[in-house]
Amino acid sequence: MKSGRRHGLGRQRGAIVGLVILGGLALMALGAPWLSSRDPIRTAARDALQPPGARFVLGSDQFGRDVASRVLHGARVSLTVGLISVSIAVALGAPLGLVSGYYGGRLDGLIMRVMDVLLAFPGILLALAIVSVLTPGLTNVMIAVGLSAVPTYARLVRASVLSARENLYVEAARALGGRDLGILTRYILPNVVAPLIVTATLGLGTAILSAAALGFLGLGSQPPQPEWGRMLSEGRDYLREAWWISTFPGLGIMLTVLAMNLLGDGLRDVLDPRLQV
Amino acid sequence: MLIFVARRVLAVMPVLFGVTLAVFSMLFLVPGDPVKMMLAEFVTNPDQVAQMRAQLHLDEPILQQYGRFVGNAVRGDLGTSIRSRRPVATEIAENVGSTAQLALASMAVAIGLGIPLGLVAALGRNSWLDVAAMVVALLGVAMPSFWLGLLLIFAFSLHLGWFPATGGGDLHHLVLPAVTLGMIAAAIIARLTRSSMLEVLGQDYVRTARAKGLAWWGVVVRHALKNALIPIVTIFGLQFGNLLAGAVIVETVFSRPGLGRLVVGGILAKDFPLVQGAVLFVAVAYVLINVLVDVAYAFVDPRIRVA
Repeated sequence: MKSGRRHGLGRQRGAIVGLVILGGLALMALGAPWLSSRDPIRTAARDALQPPGARFVLGSDQFGRDVASRVLHGARVSLTVGLISVSIAVALGAPLGLVSGYYGGRLDGLIMRVMDVLLAFPGILLALAIVSVLTPGLTNVMIAVGLSAVPTYARLVRASVLSARENLYVEAARALGGRDLGILTRYILPNVVAPLIVTATLGLGTAILSAAALGFLGLGSQPPQPEWGRMLSEGRDYLREAWWISTFPGLGIMLTVLAMNLLGDGLRDVLDPRLQV
Repeated sequence: MLIFVARRVLAVMPVLFGVTLAVFSMLFLVPGDPVKMMLAEFVTNPDQVAQMRAQLHLDEPILQQYGRFVGNAVRGDLGTSIRSRRPVATEIAENVGSTAQLALASMAVAIGLGIPLGLVAALGRNSWLDVAAMVVALLGVAMPSFWLGLLLIFAFSLHLGWFPATGGGDLHHLVLPAVTLGMIAAAIIARLTRSSMLEVLGQDYVRTARAKGLAWWGVVVRHALKNALIPIVTIFGLQFGNLLAGAVIVETVFSRPGLGRLVVGGILAKDFPLVQGAVLFVAVAYVLINVLVDVAYAFVDPRIRVA
């Protein structure tokens, strides 16, 4: 038992590291216009491909734009995209799961079959298909990434509801003549919140990764918007002459996702030990 | 066993029905007129638009269109690519080999790296090796494959010149993409192996085997690892799907031919029949691969057949 506790503490340390990184990123995102004096969009041909140094802290890209400034503004884009995508997924998935789990029967069967179909498109393929329908662009990437995560939340919430429904106090509330909506929100929803927070935190990392991947493929944000995935693909052609163009956005994505994963793992240990893999 | 296989195949039919319906309706969910969108750049003549509509059978009732879509798909006819004017099925057939090769090679990388890493971490629990292995695994999960790919190109092709940066075809071209794609799955497999191994190592039969005086390594491999692998095998199907989808990105990084490049190119060129056909193909392949994994799993572990 002793080693188990030490293990748990170690995980919590990870969560703190994650929280610190996220705090830094949030500060960067919020303070981007003040932290960098240079315009992330305006080009200056004679400043092209400057290595990191006194003039450009993280160097400049092929259009003479300040990489540091673009990375800072990119943090804004990535964090926003992550938050909105996960909000879409939770806002659609959670109610579907609640209804499915609480009422059961044919409605449950129908909702879950639809989720099964969505899950038949592996990984980023579903988001790709949705983007192809909606046409490429940052807003549509958020919708696509959000929609493709709906089955995850619907299934998770449904499973939590199914187990919460069996509690004696739910039966008691029903015996006392409680209405469905009241029982759902007062007695069942609190059981769902903990696993939902854990999964949504981990989901933020996944969403940011998917959105950056779509950006890299040229299906997300359109130039000249500073977006990490797109910056990586723009730096691809200058890998030999200017490694800094793609390295710093790449680091940004990795650190953000890492922080979300650390925080999510830590939250899981605190809020919902049963979920542990 | 035969009943299990039949039941599993039957259970997958509604999913396949739903997948065809979803891919079919993609065309109708596009905002605006799909025909005009496909032709936008070079055709404005209304006669030609009408002709295109008839050619795509878009003037028929929807149910009939869906029936035709599924009927044709079953016979291997996925329509004609707008961009290349060639059958979509031919385009897929030309590219599927490259993607399958990449997915299989990455799977080998994932297993070859992930299981030993997880094993070492579990055996030396809380040692520096464990910490190092888990830090590597954590970074691997958070690493965007397109960045890892660029880093590998930077190190192994631009600087060391060991492997080509782009293209496909032979084994030499396969190494960097396979490592890129496999590394991420390796991190997931390593974490799972570690936790599964730790659970098994605490079991009574492992203690008994060691108490009998069996060699430590023999116990680890014959008694512990064999049982610890069961939950790992279950995620192979899922991971294979992730590898198929990940190939979309990795193929773009390395300019390697394959289904992923086909889909992305199709989206950018608004080549809708191509996107529909390729997405349908990958989804159906993924569903069928999962059935195969389940069947193989039931073959290995008889307990599954009952459940």
